[in-house]
Amino acid sequence: MKTTRKFKVMGPVATQFGAATTGNWRLERPQVDFSRCTKCRTCELHCPTNVMEIKKDQEECVVINFDYCKGCGVCTNVCPVQCISLVEERR
Amino acid sequence: MYDIKHQSRGLVSHGTTACAGCGLELIMRKVIDVVGEDTIIVIPPGCSALFSGFGKETNLKIAGVQMNLENTAACCSGIRAALDAQGNTHTTVLGFAGDGGTLDIGLQALSGAFERGDRIMYVCYDNEAYMNTGIQGSSATPYGASTTTTPGGKRQPKKDLMMIAMAHRISYAATASLQNLNDLKRKIEKAKNAKGSSLLHIHTPCPTGWRCHSSLSIELARAAVQTGSWILYEYEDGKITVNRKLKELKPLESYIGKQGRFKHLTPEQRDQMQEEVRENYFAYTGMLERMNAPAETV
Amino acid sequence: MSYKMLDGNTAAAEAIKLARVKVIASYPITPQTVIPETLSEMVESGELNAQYVRVESEHSALSVVTCAAMAGVRASTATASNGLALMHEIVGMTAGNRVPVVMPVVNRGIAAPWTLWCEHVDTMCERDMGWLQFYCQNVQEVLDLTLIAFRVSEDARVLLPSMVCLDGFFLSHSMQKVTLPEQAKVDGFIGEYSNKNVYLDPTDPMFLSDLTGNEEYTEMRYQQKLALDASVRVIEEVFEEFHKEFGRKYELVEGYRTEDADVVLVALGSMCGTAQYVVNKMRAKGQKVGLLKVTVFRPFPAEYIRRLVGDQAVVGVFDRSAGLGGEGGPVWYEVCSALRNKDNQVFHYVGGIGGRDVRVETIENIYNELLAIKAGESDRHTEWIDVKDNALELREVAKNV
Repeated sequence: MKTTRKFKVMGPVATQFGAATTGNWRLERPQVDFSRCTKCRTCELHCPTNVMEIKKDQEECVVINFDYCKGCGVCTNVCPVQCISLVEERR
Repeated sequence: MYDIKHQSRGLVSHGTTACAGCGLELIMRKVIDVVGEDTIIVIPPGCSALFSGFGKETNLKIAGVQMNLENTAACCSGIRAALDAQGNTHTTVLGFAGDGGTLDIGLQALSGAFERGDRIMYVCYDNEAYMNTGIQGSSATPYGASTTTTPGGKRQPKKDLMMIAMAHRISYAATASLQNLNDLKRKIEKAKNAKGSSLLHIHTPCPTGWRCHSSLSIELARAAVQTGSWILYEYEDGKITVNRKLKELKPLESYIGKQGRFKHLTPEQRDQMQEEVRENYFAYTGMLERMNAPAETV
Repeated sequence: MSYKMLDGNTAAAEAIKLARVKVIASYPITPQTVIPETLSEMVESGELNAQYVRVESEHSALSVVTCAAMAGVRASTATASNGLALMHEIVGMTAGNRVPVVMPVVNRGIAAPWTLWCEHVDTMCERDMGWLQFYCQNVQEVLDLTLIAFRVSEDARVLLPSMVCLDGFFLSHSMQKVTLPEQAKVDGFIGEYSNKNVYLDPTDPMFLSDLTGNEEYTEMRYQQKLALDASVRVIEEVFEEFHKEFGRKYELVEGYRTEDADVVLVALGSMCGTAQYVVNKMRAKGQKVGLLKVTVFRPFPAEYIRRLVGDQAVVGVFDRSAGLGGEGGPVWYEVCSALRNKDNQVFHYVGGIGGRDVRVETIENIYNELLAIKAGESDRHTEWIDVKDNALELREVAKNV
């Protein structure tokens, strides 16, 4: 069985895989009209932060991780049926 | 190995400090998707350094090092030599630098690595300026574009990275764009599997530097290709392929119209630029095709 | 026991070969060009099993070597003069990332004026960057100190790169009879290269050299300082072990007939051989002079200076670089600082720059001047000991008026 041990190291090195809270950046957020979504995955493939996931078997077929979505709007621009719009972020 | 503080799909964190709509962020994900874990990445200071990390935290789940602005290609050569010395021929050595770090200050190291034919995969993400330091002009800034050091519009044309790469006769070189992700993926795979040096020159829309809305990155990447402003072609083992040569070009305004870095251009200047882009597209692609022709037919 | 006629350059190459370096970066610059040439032949013939990377500049040379070492192998390059100046940016990367490479540097002045010849300014300019620095008196030392440097740099208590400095032409091109250690003994002495700190390994990933904020930068720099401080003990241990294994004894600072000296000269590099000759010559006439030969300049062995300089001695320091803008050269500043709580007078001398030979007369002049000061007979101090009288009259141009 493999065990891990911790060693002290000197000098500059990043040892943690982490994330900044980029969800806090949003002034607008994407809103999907699920009834018109064709589940083509174009938004998922073009999202720069990779926070969109198409769930073909769900009614809410586009799942967005709003912890990290920056509200850039690329998904609204690339959607072939224009079923995503940017709405004001409500806090 | 990394202390995992964040669950991600893939090897790149979702919470990176790249700007909203950043073309580079999408490119980084697509490249890392293909090259995978068996990779060592070299990143210089610049926008891609956002992924190296700050302090204890990094946004990449692969092994890598942040070296200097001039020496990405040389560092890749050093890593490749070390891996070869240890009999490791399977790990990909990936350099990931911007246009400034490749075509300006990094050109010497790039030329050296390419001349030696060292087996490195070099990705140049081209957002057409020194963006991370605040939008200064580089030799890759296109003619007429405004940056903080070319405020009235750049007076020189864009330096041609592909021609430089081809002059070194490397194994594989290609321009690529976010406008066709399948084409991009195919090219990343070819670059990864090249026998010698490989280069990907990827057009990288930058909403912050190009001064457009953050949602337009893919639209502008597509417009660049369709107006003939960004030409897609490959160079593989000495043979050039123009990827789907266009018979007609869309009006240039569909590309430059929404970009603040071109808004200072007068209608006359725009007309002239339109003419030049159109002429250049057909002259350049014609030249590429002639470079390919076997000797007898020339 | 085997002997070979080697010059400084070929001795450095021999040491790199004996250390089983696996990645070599090669770039030509006078007077070190013979090092990459010799290594090239060794690799071509199979005598040395290494990757040979013919780089396009010295900046790339050190980049290749630093990254190769990060990726798990012993790596080396060599340079001189303007080449080292070009590498300067990377000199900081190697030390700051705690990468233990060893680099022979053939000391040559930095332009302008253009010179091809011996001066210490190139390595003196790098003295604050966190590398260890060894200065060689003869070709045997070039070989030995290079092997010792691999061992010291790679020690887990140090993990800092080393420059092994040899005087341009005076050592690099001087043929001397050198004892060659056996490969098996060198293997036992240096051992295999292993990554003891951070490294590049896809099966065990980490991200090296990322941005560091002001809440941690000071501490990382302090780590380097502690390592340099600790390296003094490590060097002493390794010198002792080298003595036992190979029979030759080195000291960080060697006191040559300094015990009762009225006047002591501090010097580095090949001029120490001349200085020892002068010490013997003057001692034979009853003049009590001595030499402090500094072999390790970084870390600066201040304790050794304090221990070896008698309370009554007048000290001269011979800098083979100009130290422009200061009251004296870099070695003089170090010695002054080391002796700041003692009452010795410490006089700076600059000479031997741009390839000017440090001759017997030059050193005699220094000793005689300092002996006169010690005896209260004179206070004359010729700071630039070998400068000529016509300094301001060297050139005349005809211009149109």
